[in-house]
Amino acid sequence: MRRMKWLVGAAAAVGLLATAAGPASADMHRGGILRLVSASAGGTLDPKINYTLQYWTMYQYTYDGLLTFKHAAGSDGFTIVPDLAEAMPESMNGGKTYVFKLRKGIKFSNGKELDVKDVVASFQRIFKVSSPTAGSFYNGIVGADACLKTPATCTLDGGVVADEANNTITINLVAPDSEFFDKISVPHAVVLPADTPDKDMGNTPIPGTGAYMFAAYDPNKQLKAVRNPYFKVWSNDAQPDGYPDEIHYDFGLAGEDQITAIENGQADWTLDQPPADRLAEMGSKYPSQVHINTLTAMWYAPMNVNIPPFNNLKARLAVNYAIDRNAMVKLFGGKVLAQPACQIIPPGFDGYKPYCPYTKHPGARWSAPDLAKAKRLVKESGTAGQKVTIIVQDLAADKAEGTYLQSVLKSIGYDASVKVLSQNIQFTYIQNTNNKVQISITQWYQDYPAPSDFLNVLFGCDSFHPGSDSSVNIPGFCDKTIDAAMKHAMITSLTDKAAAAKEWTAVDRAMTDQAPAAVLFTPKYIDFLSKRVGNYIFNAQYYWQQNLAWVQ
Amino acid sequence: MSSSLPATTEVGEGLAAVPRPALGPWARAGRKLVADRTAMGALGLFILIVLACLAAPLYATYVAHTDPFTSNVEGSITVDGQDVDLIQPSTEGLGLGSVPLGPTWDYHAYFLGADAQGRDVAARLLYGGRNSLLIGGASTAICLFLAALTGLVSGFFGGVTDMLISRLLDVLWAFPIYLLAISLSIVLISHGFTIGPFEITSGSLWLPIWIIAIVYVPYVARPIRGQVLALKESEFVLAAKGLGVPDWRILLRDILPNVMTTIIVFVPLMVAINMLTESALSFLSIGVQAPDASWGTIIQDGQDLIYTRPWVAIAPGIAIVLTVLALNILGDGLRDALDPRAKLRIR
Repeated sequence: MRRMKWLVGAAAAVGLLATAAGPASADMHRGGILRLVSASAGGTLDPKINYTLQYWTMYQYTYDGLLTFKHAAGSDGFTIVPDLAEAMPESMNGGKTYVFKLRKGIKFSNGKELDVKDVVASFQRIFKVSSPTAGSFYNGIVGADACLKTPATCTLDGGVVADEANNTITINLVAPDSEFFDKISVPHAVVLPADTPDKDMGNTPIPGTGAYMFAAYDPNKQLKAVRNPYFKVWSNDAQPDGYPDEIHYDFGLAGEDQITAIENGQADWTLDQPPADRLAEMGSKYPSQVHINTLTAMWYAPMNVNIPPFNNLKARLAVNYAIDRNAMVKLFGGKVLAQPACQIIPPGFDGYKPYCPYTKHPGARWSAPDLAKAKRLVKESGTAGQKVTIIVQDLAADKAEGTYLQSVLKSIGYDASVKVLSQNIQFTYIQNTNNKVQISITQWYQDYPAPSDFLNVLFGCDSFHPGSDSSVNIPGFCDKTIDAAMKHAMITSLTDKAAAAKEWTAVDRAMTDQAPAAVLFTPKYIDFLSKRVGNYIFNAQYYWQQNLAWVQ
Repeated sequence: MSSSLPATTEVGEGLAAVPRPALGPWARAGRKLVADRTAMGALGLFILIVLACLAAPLYATYVAHTDPFTSNVEGSITVDGQDVDLIQPSTEGLGLGSVPLGPTWDYHAYFLGADAQGRDVAARLLYGGRNSLLIGGASTAICLFLAALTGLVSGFFGGVTDMLISRLLDVLWAFPIYLLAISLSIVLISHGFTIGPFEITSGSLWLPIWIIAIVYVPYVARPIRGQVLALKESEFVLAAKGLGVPDWRILLRDILPNVMTTIIVFVPLMVAINMLTESALSFLSIGVQAPDASWGTIIQDGQDLIYTRPWVAIAPGIAIVLTVLALNILGDGLRDALDPRAKLRIR
């Protein structure tokens, strides 16, 4: 008993010490400059328009929405917490109305105090600047239809209503939406000052409420974030104070140079997948600086279903059968960094049931390519000999995958070529139907943890906008039956998650069978940090928490 | 050479002077070139490289038994009786990454190892040389033809014709050569080029050939024009004009033969320069398009393997150095043989 008492007493003392030492120890690490590098910039800095993981991770500490994903390690990062809103709102009117009470005393980085008018203007701005997810995430808000038709005059009348006296925002939906909280937690729904111009602000930083603010942006050189002088912590879960004083993101360094810079302590982290020939060195010489995490993501080759040759289902199936996914994995960095995949829902998501029809022995897992079947399908499709151009990014892994895919397409009878575009423009280029892209290689990292973010967002009719750079349904796929099934699954998930998961499984299979894309593999993310970086925290939603890293 | 050059005679010792048939200027230049051992060594090396590259299909099919244009990421070969993967997964530390097979130094297979796609580097090197030489040679032929045409017409006719052609060449000359070549390549490489019934598709070798040929025209046309301007005032041209010989005949029969030595001296030098330009464009992915290979594209492939498999980049680099060196030495020899007084020297 005594011993037990002593142990309890000792534990309590240690706990007290730790509590007392915690903030002091954390303060020790406050300061310094975190130096990030990447081959190229991520395009526009406007958080309502940018749709890249590269900047979405940075928006977590520069901007806030009514709700946000928790700044926590692992899958706890999927939890949605109140941010500018005081609390999670109650569902009213059968799931069609939500009332958010806005926190008081929060200021933008330009010193202006946040109020409900900023929230209304920010929701209107989603439509006014034609945010890439305006039609897919926010089309369920009352008044969104009119905003989508005439963005310039968008008011969201009756959809987003401010009550200045009570400091509340009421959002009314056309129909209940099980993913509404997810959708308003992503950066496209962050709150900006009401007087922000209704145009793509490009390289001009927009004031935010986060712990940091963007100070300067030159896409050919550097993005610089510094502390927001008006920031005070209101919720550690939603917007914690960061450790580095400044975060510098340098652009233009080639992959090999990035790794060398990190090894030499001249940079702290790179966004880009390391070049294949450096991986072995990193794994053997610097294992303590390497962090590998499983992602809910996919590498895939979208095929344009509206132009030849991939407007023919058999041609698309042929590509799926022909691809040796083990080879793709090898080119990406080996089995430690990726797993072959055939289906659209990634492992770990609701509705995921292993399914792979595009292999020599169809079943749950991919085993080997079936070239004979692929050649037969190409012959039956009557598309043999047609010219096909593969559009890839100018990163080593992407180019290697593109060259391999070209070889595969040639082997099944196409006259294939590869076109390499800068990482800066490739993702928007392949979305625009005017560019007549037949097939490309790209990646998709979840916006939020729901199967619809892969199935509905990437292949739903609402995500297809011909002639626009913001048409994330890259194949231009629109199957009314599958689309209806997706909408039904989303409604089901409001009341019965398990039943919804089954519906998503069925949708996943139907979509995979239609092959609007060839899913290649599920990647893992490799963070290679410099020796000086401490407090590595990986958040399943937004990956490495840059603002929480120690650099001193 | 001008026919006004005097014929040579040699006097035998102790004999009455016996006239021997005079050697023509070409024969004398040929003899002089053959006597230049350095130039002959360079010519031999160049011929060897050309023959090796021409034999690429034979090597790939009958010796290495490989298809150098198809990815073979999951393939394996037998080395010293053991099956070896062409792309070998790492077994050290965290087991990250994979490395292509290194040089086997066995000419039967993967002599220089594999690239990141599992393709035989030696076979690709030979195929790449064919394209590099073809582009270097064809662009030189086009460039020299256009340069000779513009130089002759501009220098001989003078006046408005000269002004228009010279200003056009000045405009071209005003652009840094590589910048112009890169700009043209970027614009044309994605959509190809069409004028009337003539079409060059985006992946065609004719695109880099024409681009390289055009950007170097002022480089060659200017010295030719200068030479024509001097020749125009020479006595034999004035005499021909006085006799009423038509301009086109004077150009072809009197002027052209006299500038031909300059043009010939330019041949090896321009082939070398054009090969270097092609390599630079291909290295930047705007020259020869995959899966076709050139020495430039192979260096680009090797860039991503420089730490683990440096031979992929070094081998085509050596091939370029040897070829350009051989052509430059040969060019110097040709210049000395054809026109020992000429100051023309290209670096």
